[in-house]
Amino acid sequence: MGLKSKDLVGIKALDAADIEQILDTAAGFKDVLGRDIKKVPALRGKTTVNLFYEPSTRTRTSFELAAKRLSTDVINFSVSTSSVVKGESLRDTALTIQALGADFIVVRHPCSGVAHFLANNLDASVVNAGDGTNEHPTQALLDLFTIREKKGVIRGLEVAIVGDILHSRVAKSNIYALKKMGAGVRLIGPPTLVPDVLKDLDVEIYSDMEKGLKGADIVMMLRIQVERQGKGFFPTTVEYFRNWGLTPERLARAKESALVMHPGPMNRGVEISSDVADGMRSVILDQVTNGLAVRMAVLYLLAGVKG
Amino acid sequence: MKIVIKNGHVVDPSQGIDGVCDLVMEDGKIKEVKSEKSKGKGQRHENNRGTKEIDASGKLVLPGLVDLHVHLREPGYEYKETIRTGTAAAIRGGITSLCCMPNTNPVNDNSSVTEFILKKAASEGACRVFPIGAITKGQKGEELAEMSIMHEAGCVAFSDDGRPVTDSLMMRRAMEYSRILKVPLISHCEDLALSAGGVMQEGLLSVTLGLKGIPPQAEEVMVARDIALAELTGGRLHIAHVSTEGSVALIRSAKKRGMADVTAETCPHYFSITEEAVGSYDANAKVNPPLRSRKDVEAIKQGLHDGTIDVIATDHAPHHRDEKLGEFDVAPSGISGLETSLGLSMRLVDEGVLTYSGLVEKMALKPSGIVGIDRGTLRPGAEADVVVVDCSREYRVDAGEFLSKGKNTPFDGWALSAKPVLTISLGRIHEWE
Ligand SMILES: [Zn+2]
Repeated sequence: MGLKSKDLVGIKALDAADIEQILDTAAGFKDVLGRDIKKVPALRGKTTVNLFYEPSTRTRTSFELAAKRLSTDVINFSVSTSSVVKGESLRDTALTIQALGADFIVVRHPCSGVAHFLANNLDASVVNAGDGTNEHPTQALLDLFTIREKKGVIRGLEVAIVGDILHSRVAKSNIYALKKMGAGVRLIGPPTLVPDVLKDLDVEIYSDMEKGLKGADIVMMLRIQVERQGKGFFPTTVEYFRNWGLTPERLARAKESALVMHPGPMNRGVEISSDVADGMRSVILDQVTNGLAVRMAVLYLLAGVKG
Repeated sequence: MKIVIKNGHVVDPSQGIDGVCDLVMEDGKIKEVKSEKSKGKGQRHENNRGTKEIDASGKLVLPGLVDLHVHLREPGYEYKETIRTGTAAAIRGGITSLCCMPNTNPVNDNSSVTEFILKKAASEGACRVFPIGAITKGQKGEELAEMSIMHEAGCVAFSDDGRPVTDSLMMRRAMEYSRILKVPLISHCEDLALSAGGVMQEGLLSVTLGLKGIPPQAEEVMVARDIALAELTGGRLHIAHVSTEGSVALIRSAKKRGMADVTAETCPHYFSITEEAVGSYDANAKVNPPLRSRKDVEAIKQGLHDGTIDVIATDHAPHHRDEKLGEFDVAPSGISGLETSLGLSMRLVDEGVLTYSGLVEKMALKPSGIVGIDRGTLRPGAEADVVVVDCSREYRVDAGEFLSKGKNTPFDGWALSAKPVLTISLGRIHEWE
């Protein structure tokens, strides 16, 4: 038991069996999290370093708690993004952290490929907590876990992902993971944010949200970065919401049993209306809880690879 | 002193020579190419009359190569390359004349920098260095640099390479003004707004790697603009590092129309590898313009074959090892190309894209003609710039062994067959195993 690689840099490198194994392991940890004593001694004596070049309280906290529930020591190491520009060597920083005896390095970085780079250059297990616009594998895994938990299966479901696919590492990881697990994927958004070339990944592309949502089992909304308005990606957040905001009326196009997901933090009134976000079909808070179990599973399984 | 290179396969398109000959040099000049059979087999030796004989049986003997596009980095970026190391690398690659781009620090936008480069090259250079001056002061695209004073000081062409001249009116004026000197403007064709922030070819791979893409059109709209301006002004336009199918088509049609005085170059990496070389974020494959797609590579080869592309230049862009380590987005663009250029280009002969003669045209004769230097030929009286190439043994590219300070190449470990084994330049014979 365990994964094939010492690192989790992306879903691209996993196969369906790996994903299945992570989800199964996460299910076990979710049971643990439901108990009175939520901590297990599985990784006692190990050290986890959260190396965050981008502020993200949510993801960092989730990893921190996951590591602590497994009884590892946790060090949070925040680096300002300006040091990237200053040319402070990523490799030097990483080697320093390794020299401190880190077993796990959880890294978030604004540049794509940084998790690959660290994984190739360090002995420690590297977990990608989001690199640039490349991947955010644990988010996709927790999304799949949530889907499986609610729907029982993933294969054969129709999943609509709506928003800024081009710049979304969450979307990328989800596309790879869902395809590997046999789901159908539709991408919905303006052509400026949903490049046509993605068709080559065997997904459907829609700019018309009503059409794209028709019969969907899952509606996965992405956070729209407000800074992209005025850069030509879309004119205003008002127009964006008019075309691609998830409202109860639009949601009615999807299956009656459709679930609404969002990786957070949400921009209410920009990509999702409050009615939907707080509605019966929203599983957004389940996603947060499941994130903890999935991240525990990832650390636990990577530790198995290292022996 | 007399040097005779015997029994080599001499290729010199300037005289229509392509066969086994003896090449005779005296006092630093080519004396003659003797086509009759001569003996002199076996090892080279000095005979009584002070003649150095070199046996080149089974090897190619070519005019020393001429590289129109080299970044020597000196002055200002000596940690990346110097005139000494860059010219040594050139010699290792069979290149005996090179043109160096002005994007140094300070920029070569005035004659004192030109003079500095030439002086340094005269004292430390292993090959001839022909500086290229900046089109605009500081390469800022705002004011013309003193082209004619720099030309007098030794600049053979002008370019803001590293950047385009974004302002179309400024480019128009530069082309018009350059007519007094009859020298080419070498254009780095890039629409900076279209390419902004991009680090590789735009496409499925860039999207799935999460790297910002540069569409081929970022190059092509500027190629189209510059051709239009060349037609308008009558200036001489040389398009640097052509990398896309669309650019080849634009240049082909411009040449057919015959209204613009336009020539073009490409680089070995644009006909040898594709965007796939970026692989898992290998910054050694980060270059500007970026490595393109398979269809672009095929179009570049076709353009070389049919004469649309006149020149193979290296765009040698050495960087320090540390600069290429780490974040792909942050790494500078460029490939250290001097020492792999001939080996990679010879593959075009193996593939039937070019003949030996065609290859020498692209790598020696035509570049000389474009910048108006008397090189790239083995005609009697020409400088004794010669390279002897062994194509019989496969060897592995080892970037660690480069004489260039820049070890940044995506070709490390590649198996190539054409290897310069002897280069004659500035009266010195450089020989390797
Ligand atoms: Zn350039």
